[in-house]
Amino acid sequence: MKHRAQAGQAFAIGLLFGVGLLLSGMSNPQKVIGFLDLAGAWDPSLALVMGGAIAVGLPLFRLAESRSHRQLPSWSGAPIHLPGKSGITPRLVLGSMLFGIGWGIAGICPGPGLVLLGSLQWPGLLFVLAMVAGMLLFRPLDKALSR
Amino acid sequence: MNIIWNPAALLAALAGGVLIGLAAAWMALGLGRIAGISGLLGGLVDGAPHRTVHAAFVGGLLLAPALYLLLRGELPAVKMMADTPQLLLAGLLVGIGTRFASGCTSGHGVCGLSRLSPRSLVATLSFMGAGFAAVYLLRHLLV
Repeated sequence: MKHRAQAGQAFAIGLLFGVGLLLSGMSNPQKVIGFLDLAGAWDPSLALVMGGAIAVGLPLFRLAESRSHRQLPSWSGAPIHLPGKSGITPRLVLGSMLFGIGWGIAGICPGPGLVLLGSLQWPGLLFVLAMVAGMLLFRPLDKALSR
Repeated sequence: MNIIWNPAALLAALAGGVLIGLAAAWMALGLGRIAGISGLLGGLVDGAPHRTVHAAFVGGLLLAPALYLLLRGELPAVKMMADTPQLLLAGLLVGIGTRFASGCTSGHGVCGLSRLSPRSLVATLSFMGAGFAAVYLLRHLLV
């Protein structure tokens, strides 16, 4: 039962997140490329997506962190598990750069990719399939590189 | 540089951002985890434990356009900027890169920056910088 309630919350969070992406313009590759194209006709509006998200995120994540420090669980009862903030490694930087290059090529990052697929946009399906393939390639690639 | 100022787009971006921030904070306060899309999708793909939460979140994202359509009567305009080989290459790079970096625009960009995480700041600067560079190369140098 607890699991089902958690899944229900996660589903609602996904819906809210996706509606936010659609409303913001992040799920339109033309707008994303317009934001990333500093040398062209630059459309700065997408900077406000991150700005708006962080403005509400700052106090609320502070609350989550303070609950986590006091060993208090989340509303669902699951422990609050937040990743570490240090550990600036080559894989963090190089991985982010690979991601950024892909983002710049198509103007699609993971969330908008799923939203485009859900909008029944055929190119969204192609992108998501390739992204999932990349995620599946990660483990063997990581193993080969660390050998 | 030629800057486009469209007040309606600015307002929509801000409002959409607020919804995204609320969703991310709800994930942290309600379920105790980071609303990182690459992480949750990756966990689903990899077969992480407790996959129902991952699947439900991804399902919500996939059905968000249907809810948006119901609420507003039409979906926002979409224009693709990449052909098929570019889409496949981009998806592959995004999939591999976000797993190596343990996060994408949502996990590092929204959640990490909201937590003032130096690690996420470095990740965000790296992917934004690479994104600006890739667009400059593809749309100005190589055309």
